[in-house]
Amino acid sequence: MSGVHDMGGHEGFGKVEPEPDEPVFHHSWEGRVMAMSRAMGANGGINIDMQRYARESLPADVYLASSYYRIWQLALENLLLARGLIGADELGSGHALRPGQQLARGPFTRKDVGRVMTRGRFDRPAPSPATFTIGDRVRARTIAPATHTRLPRYVRGHVGVIERVHGCHVFPDSASVGQGENPQWLYTVAFDSRELWGPDADPTVTVSIDAFEPYLEAA
Amino acid sequence: MQLRVRALETILTEKGYVEQAALDAIVEAYETRIGPRNGARVVAKAWTDPAFRQALLDDASAAINTLGHVSPVGAHLVAVENTPGRHNMVVCTLCSCYPWEMLGLPPVWYKSAPYRSRAVKDPRGVLADFGVTLANDTDIRVWDSTAETRFLVIPMRPEGTEGFTEDQLAELVTRDSMIGTGLALAPGEAKA
Repeated sequence: MSGVHDMGGHEGFGKVEPEPDEPVFHHSWEGRVMAMSRAMGANGGINIDMQRYARESLPADVYLASSYYRIWQLALENLLLARGLIGADELGSGHALRPGQQLARGPFTRKDVGRVMTRGRFDRPAPSPATFTIGDRVRARTIAPATHTRLPRYVRGHVGVIERVHGCHVFPDSASVGQGENPQWLYTVAFDSRELWGPDADPTVTVSIDAFEPYLEAA
Repeated sequence: MQLRVRALETILTEKGYVEQAALDAIVEAYETRIGPRNGARVVAKAWTDPAFRQALLDDASAAINTLGHVSPVGAHLVAVENTPGRHNMVVCTLCSCYPWEMLGLPPVWYKSAPYRSRAVKDPRGVLADFGVTLANDTDIRVWDSTAETRFLVIPMRPEGTEGFTEDQLAELVTRDSMIGTGLALAPGEAKA
């Protein structure tokens, strides 16, 4: 979806303001939200692509006005409600009113913590050979799916060069809507800044994205 | 927010989805163990060991998992090296993808609209916000983390560090230098 989360190239957000000696968390609840999100991903309740989709599906004004972990909390609530893992009446009362669903990988316990500290693999056996190879010129397709995609708007319609081939990976556009992993070839595609931003752009700048094959066509 | 978050945690534990002690352990790991020191050790090793540097550039996940003193990393980590002619910078314009295992949780600015919007269009302007100026003819390469690949910048080794040990070098490797919004510290700039 082409929401406000897709920020590349937007003007008007102001300067970057690094915070000296920034703490890991600014409030203790932030850590709890982070941990719950990780745990509910690890126990098979919801996957990472569903979580990203739920965050970017928040109303635009809420997304832009909320802190990062507030976005995570609101999205986690919405997603757990949508998947039937919790009920609105439970959120209202602050307690479970029914037993939980059976989860794919069971409850998330202390012995599972080590597993989430190392990232999982997202590459999968290739169902077919890659269409593109290093050095190929490709155009990012002009598409605007209403659901989750990882093709940012600022590259759509523009021509870049395949620089790396990462193998076949879980396709977020499918996994985010519960349609399975549907693995697709993944490439690093590099774009000259003038291709993206016009002739006055800084010629020393090159920008790359990692693009799944369905996002690309030969150019 | 505190109450709202606590309510959700209560529900998830009462429903048997998560164990509170497991959540405690995740929070504690990021507060105490998982941070930019991990990445700094990897960079210092790359500066002192040419074979490791090459292995890191070829397959960063595999190379790091051969090191005993750095916690294991998952797949799909890519290391990119700064040189006198080329500076790398990492962003996630769509959300906040970041090499957690190497750098810990991302700082607020990394996840903020100003950084995510400008890094791909005006990286020199972003660097100026960090007080970093590069030569006009230095190529800048911005890596937008749009998939499950993660990027770690290997900054240039500062001058005047000949004979430094890996531990001494690691002290010069800042978090921002591994994102590409900073440079490694010069000797003497490091915090005591």
